[in-house]
Amino acid sequence: MKTTLKQLAAGAVAALSLGLMAAPALAADTIRIGSFLSVTGPASFLGDPELKTLELYIDKLNEDGGLLGKQVELVHYDDVGDAAKARTFANRLLRQDRVDIIVGGSTTGATMAAVPLIEQAGVPFISLAGAETITTPVKKWVFKTPQSDRQAARRVLIDMKERGITKIGLISGTGGFGASGRNVTKEIAGDMGVEIVADETYNPKDTDVTSQLTRIRGTEGVQAILNFDFGQGPAIVTRNYDQLGIDLPFYQSHGVASDSFLELAGDAANGLRLPASALLVADKLPKSDPQYQVLNRYKNDYEGHYNESVSTFGAYAYDGLQLAIRAIKQAGSTDKAKVRDALESIDGYVGVTGTYRLSADDHMGLDAESFRILEVKDGDWALTQ
Amino acid sequence: MFSEFFQFSFSGITLGAIYALVALGFTLIYNASHVINFAQGEFLMIGGMGTVVLMDAGAPIYLAIPGAIVMAGIAGVLLHKLAIAPAKNADVVTLIIITIGASIFLRGLAQIFWGKDYHALPAFSDTESLSVGGAVLLTQSLWILGIATLLVVALGLFFTRTALGKALLATSMNKDAASMVGIKTGAILTLAFGIAALLGAVAGVIVAPITFTAYDIGIMLGLKGFIAAAIGGLGSSTGAILGGLLLGLAEAYTAGYISSDYKDAVPFVLILVILFFLPNGLLGSRAVERV
Repeated sequence: MKTTLKQLAAGAVAALSLGLMAAPALAADTIRIGSFLSVTGPASFLGDPELKTLELYIDKLNEDGGLLGKQVELVHYDDVGDAAKARTFANRLLRQDRVDIIVGGSTTGATMAAVPLIEQAGVPFISLAGAETITTPVKKWVFKTPQSDRQAARRVLIDMKERGITKIGLISGTGGFGASGRNVTKEIAGDMGVEIVADETYNPKDTDVTSQLTRIRGTEGVQAILNFDFGQGPAIVTRNYDQLGIDLPFYQSHGVASDSFLELAGDAANGLRLPASALLVADKLPKSDPQYQVLNRYKNDYEGHYNESVSTFGAYAYDGLQLAIRAIKQAGSTDKAKVRDALESIDGYVGVTGTYRLSADDHMGLDAESFRILEVKDGDWALTQ
Repeated sequence: MFSEFFQFSFSGITLGAIYALVALGFTLIYNASHVINFAQGEFLMIGGMGTVVLMDAGAPIYLAIPGAIVMAGIAGVLLHKLAIAPAKNADVVTLIIITIGASIFLRGLAQIFWGKDYHALPAFSDTESLSVGGAVLLTQSLWILGIATLLVVALGLFFTRTALGKALLATSMNKDAASMVGIKTGAILTLAFGIAALLGAVAGVIVAPITFTAYDIGIMLGLKGFIAAAIGGLGSSTGAILGGLLLGLAEAYTAGYISSDYKDAVPFVLILVILFFLPNGLLGSRAVERV
C-alpha cells in the first residue's frame, strides 16, 4: 500500500514536471492563441459562429505560411455560457497552456469573470462581448471588438436629429440589455438635444404591450418611438405598434438586427429603422464603400465553408483575430507588453464590424458611425443613405 | 380619453382570455384529483411548438394543429401513467412536486429536440384587427374568447350530462366510494390528465399568434394561468374565466393608468387581496372538512 502511494506520488511529480517543461517548449515553435467561448448552452448563438470563424481563419493563416514564420495554434475551451467555467478556463489558458494572446469571451459575464486573472497575468485579451464595463474604465490588458449600446443609442439619436425629431417616447424591456439601453439613452439624449417625453417598460416575457404604446401615443409632442431590447419582446412591440396603427417613425436597437426578428415580426416590421452592422446589407453596399471588400470576403468565406448564414457575432471574432494578428506582426514578436502596445496603436483597421481606431484611452475603437441605419423594406433590410 | 380606456380594456381582455384558457386546464385536473398540475404550461408549449414543428416538416396547418393537440394528449396520458400513477398513495403535495419535475423535464426535451428559437403562427382570421370606438381589438382575441367560452360550456356538459364526466366528479369527491360502485378510478384520472393536456394544447395553439411560442412559453403562461385559477376559485370553470379576465384587465389598467413598472406586481397583489377576503376564490366551493 505504502509503495503504491509513493509510486503514484512519484509518477504525479514526474508528469507535472514534464507538463511544465513541455508547455514552454511548445510555445517556442508555435504562436498560441487562446480562447474560451460559449459554443454550447444558452449563449451558443454567440459562441458557435465565433469559434467557427476563429478556426476557419487560423487554418487559412497557417496555409499561407503562418505568422512571423511560425504556425498558429488555437487553444479553445467551451465555457457553456457559465462565468465560473470561463474563469477556470482563463486560468488554464494563462498558467497551463501559456498562450500568447486571448481572443474570446462570448458574454459579458464570462469576460468579466476572466478579467481579473488576465490583468494579473498580463496577457493581451480581446473580448467579443458587448457591455461598456469591459473597457470603461480602460483596463491595461483588456480590449473588445463589439460596439457598446452607447454607440447604438447615439447612432439612433443622430438619425432622429437628421429627420428633425427632438421629442421621443422610449419603450424598453426590464431585462439586462433593455435596462442598460434605457439608461444610456436617457444619459446621452440631453446632450444630443433630444427629449424623452415618455418612458415605458415591459417584462421581457410579456405577450402584449398595447397599454404602454397607447400611453406613449397619448403623450403630447411625441415624434418618434424607440424600442430598446432584444429577443422576442421587440417583435411583440413591433406587432402591437402595427396593430394599433401608430404612424410615428419607429426605431429598434441593434439587439434585433437579425433575420429571425424579421421572421417573427412579419409585415409589421416594414418601415422601422435600426442601427446595425453593415454585414446585414453586405451585398447591397456600393462598391466604393471602404468596408465593401472585407464584408463580402468574410461573408463568402464563412458561407462557402460552413453552408450557413454569417452572423454579426462571428464578425466580432473575425475582427478580434485580425487585430491580434496585426498587433503581433507590428510587434514583430509575441512579447506580451509589445503586443499590447501595438494593439493600442492600431489606427484605422477596416474590419467587418467597423473601422477600428484604438488608443490608450479607448480599447474598443469604434464610433457610432460604425453602425449603419437600416430600414426594413418588404421584409428585408435596406440601407437608408 | 375614451379611446384610451377602450384600448386598455381590449388589451386586458386579450391578456385575460389567454390566462383564462390556461386556468381551465388547472381546474380540470384539480377537480379530478386535487392536484395542481404545474406541467399545464408545458401542454400549451407542446400545442404551440408541436404545430410549428409539424408545419416545418411540411404538414399543412389544418393537419398540424390537430396533430400537435393529439401529441399533447398523449403526453398528458403518459405523464399520469408514468409519473403520477406509480405514486398514487403519496399525498397531494408530493404529486404537485412531481408535476413540477415533469414540467422541467418536458421543457428540457423541447429545448433539446425542438430548439430554443421563438416562432410565430399566423392569425386565424385574415383581418388582423378591428377598430372599435377609436381603439383596436385583435380578431385573435375574439377567437380566444369564443373558444374559451365553448370549452367552458362543453366541460360543463361533460361533467353534468355524461356518465364519464359524472364518474370523474365522483372520483374527485370520494375515490374509495367511487371504486366501490364500479368506477375504474385509475383510468378516470388518466382520462382527466389527457383531457387537461388537450385543453392546454388548444390554448397553446390559439394564443400562439399573439404570444409567439417557444420551449419556455409555458413558464410564464402557466404561472399566470394558475393565479387566474386561484383567483376564480380552484375547481370552478366559470371562476377560471372570471379570474383570467380580472387578472388581464388589472394588468392592462395598471400599465395604462399607473405605470408599466408596477404591472408585474399586480397578479401577486390581486391574489393576496382576494384570498384574504375570499379564501376560496371568487367562485370556489366552500371547503368541507370530512371527519
